[in-house]
Amino acid sequence: MRTEMRIAGFGGQGIILAGIVIGKAAALYDNIYAVQTQSYGPEARGGASRTELVISDEEIDYPKVQNPDILVAMSHEAMMAYLHDLKDNGILIVDPDMINEEEILPFIKEHNIKYYHAPATKTANEKIGLPIVANIVMLGSITEITKIISADAVIKSIKDSVPKGTEDKNLLAFEAGRKIVQ
Amino acid sequence: MSKEYFLQGNEAYAKGALKAGCKFFAGYPITPSTEIAEDMARDLPKNGGVFIQMEDEIASIGAIIGASWGGSKTMTATSGPGFSLMQEGIGYAAMTETPLVIINIQRGSPSTGQPTMASQSDVMQARWGSHGDYEIIVLSPSSVQECFDFTVKSFNLSEKYRVPVIVLGDEIVAHMREKIVIPDNVEIIPRKMPKESPEEFLLCKADENSTPNMPVFAEGYNVHVTGLTHDERGYPDTNNPQEHAKLVSRLCNKILKNREDITSTDSYKCEDAEIVLISYGAPSRSVITAVKNARNEGIKAGFLKLNTIWPFPDEEVKKLAKSADNIIMVEMNLGQLVNEVKRVAQGDAKVSLFGKIGGEIHKPLEILSFIKKVQGGN
Amino acid sequence: MSSENPYIKYLREDRLPHIFCPGCGNGIVLNTFFKGMEKAEIGLDDVSLVSGIGCSSRIPGYVKCDSLHTTHGRPISFATGLKLANPERNVIVFSGDGDSASIGGNHLIHAARKNIDLTVICINNNIYGMTGGQISPTSPKGSFGTTAPYGSFEKSFQLSELVAASGASYVARYTTAHALMLTFAIESALKTKGFSFIEVVAQCPTYYGRKNKIKQPTDMLIWLKDNSIFKMQADNMEPKEKEGKIIIGEITKQPHEEYSEEIYKLIEKQYGDKPNVFKSAYRG
Repeated sequence: MRTEMRIAGFGGQGIILAGIVIGKAAALYDNIYAVQTQSYGPEARGGASRTELVISDEEIDYPKVQNPDILVAMSHEAMMAYLHDLKDNGILIVDPDMINEEEILPFIKEHNIKYYHAPATKTANEKIGLPIVANIVMLGSITEITKIISADAVIKSIKDSVPKGTEDKNLLAFEAGRKIVQ
Repeated sequence: MSKEYFLQGNEAYAKGALKAGCKFFAGYPITPSTEIAEDMARDLPKNGGVFIQMEDEIASIGAIIGASWGGSKTMTATSGPGFSLMQEGIGYAAMTETPLVIINIQRGSPSTGQPTMASQSDVMQARWGSHGDYEIIVLSPSSVQECFDFTVKSFNLSEKYRVPVIVLGDEIVAHMREKIVIPDNVEIIPRKMPKESPEEFLLCKADENSTPNMPVFAEGYNVHVTGLTHDERGYPDTNNPQEHAKLVSRLCNKILKNREDITSTDSYKCEDAEIVLISYGAPSRSVITAVKNARNEGIKAGFLKLNTIWPFPDEEVKKLAKSADNIIMVEMNLGQLVNEVKRVAQGDAKVSLFGKIGGEIHKPLEILSFIKKVQGGN
Repeated sequence: MSSENPYIKYLREDRLPHIFCPGCGNGIVLNTFFKGMEKAEIGLDDVSLVSGIGCSSRIPGYVKCDSLHTTHGRPISFATGLKLANPERNVIVFSGDGDSASIGGNHLIHAARKNIDLTVICINNNIYGMTGGQISPTSPKGSFGTTAPYGSFEKSFQLSELVAASGASYVARYTTAHALMLTFAIESALKTKGFSFIEVVAQCPTYYGRKNKIKQPTDMLIWLKDNSIFKMQADNMEPKEKEGKIIIGEITKQPHEEYSEEIYKLIEKQYGDKPNVFKSAYRG
């Protein structure tokens, strides 16, 4: 089955790396297929950033995401920009401290969206003491909620994607991310 | 043995070059090809090779031509505006039979256009961009794996035929990540030193339609390499009509007469196809989905993927034109390679173009609708 | 024959006669080059020549060594690649004012900035000869050419000073009327590790001379000689006194970190062994 996912936020949140880690986990460690793409706007740091993934148990021809099954929003701006592409009955994961929920509740109800809170930024700050790992916390939440990739595969992928010496902190962040949505 | 990676197309191009034995890269930053230069800057020194950032793309191709005569396999990477600047160097390399590889990641054009969006609008430029009659080899990858494989192949073709080879990529494949398998060993065609002694050697002596062996500077061959029309010795001979005709015909025929060896295509369900779609590069991926969907709906559609676009694979297309009623060319421009298809199909099949510009790849559903339109006689 | 030129041994005799006009300065430059080369104890076997387009760029084609006759204005970029593939080589560029000051100006200043070990001999005849007498970026203000039939009103480039300011290790300017000094300068340039630039102001009797009413080659040489002042003198002169004069001498001599050496050091460090670029294409 083909699953399309979009992760969006702002530059500097590690959005692109999160996409790469998921793609690598699927393609190299879960032995399914994955294509990862990302936004290449002229935006400066702090501007909008997004990554997209197609994950499938069959070979992937068309590489782009059209209507995601899963939207992960790490900023309000990103959520509002992409919410309307989300499929009916799709999954929406948000960092609740980064968004204003009021605006989207009617949409969620109308389109029967499965809606999850994953306070990644807060968890990164408070549990890990490193705001920079919010993306990896979110990865933990994505893995736990969507189950499109295995936790084992993501752990392996994190190990060979993050800078040497930071593996332990990142793995802690990943586990924390899984826990906050259990 | 082999190893698996999850890489961007641009990273795979660089890995392919290194695997093929590239030891010299000169380039200039330009979106969306810059990652290739960045990877080469990081990895070439670790492989004992030279990376140099030049002042512009004209200098970049000049430097790789010079380094090629210094006996190394050389490459540069660029995008439309830089590719335009490289055209005089490409003509020189064709005229002097200098092996080199150019990766051109196509972006929205003309002019500065859309630096971060894709197109396939440099197809005719890749073929005819420099002035004069010349033949060139152009490959077009549609997956990250092909970015690697076709780069290796480009180096081999470039050495075998002593001709510039262009890998005509696009922003979509260049910037997407997927799994690729990199084998420990790939087939490598090394350059051939002349068999004759330097005293007996003539730089441009070659049989009709063939490629002479290439000496290296500093080994006593004392060759004179010039972009002027030259005789067998390599010496300028610019006012002799026969000499010019002989040289330029050979330069073209060494490619054209070896079309079969050079060109490569993949076909999918073409045997019984009434409608054949032809594509290359990124849109191939949408076409294959569309063809599968069409088959599911009982439409006899097939797909011919062009891996080599220049020289154009005449025979393969001619064969399909005879067996199918309709050919649909899918490309990200307003109609470039479709004219080659029309030339070859010559009334055997009806040829339509599904061109798209703007930077985005065709959607499979759009292609399916187009197939249905063609099937219904518009 | 005793009158045979001692340097004929360096030439491709099967290519003679050459295409240069009677009285052209290229012959003087080529002779001084051979002499400078011998004085620097460099054999032709150690030399590769590179050139662009123009009269001066035809010189390498007559010399019995490996040579690359490239596109207009680009010889320095080709030479950069050739040098970096095999840094042992003496790579020497023959160029002219159109080739290196106009269309190839950017390559010239960047190679000087990088201080790559090339020797560029720029034969500056102040005009486009090959195409028949158009003005160039070094044509003096007030001089005539087919594209300046009313006289040029443009300011001309001070080419040597430009290259020196860009970072070259060695820059000298002489004229064809200063053959001996030119020989020594070429010797120094060849011995200098780094970017060396020799500007030879030369006569083009056929075009510059005819267009500017100095038709005889000898008159042009006298004009070059009379119009030259030594740098040491010039340094103590007011700008107005120097106007229209050719300042000859060593413009700069400041050897410093050279590009090919630095990049090969870097590669050796990263690779853990000697770089293996030269002839690598022939390996399987």
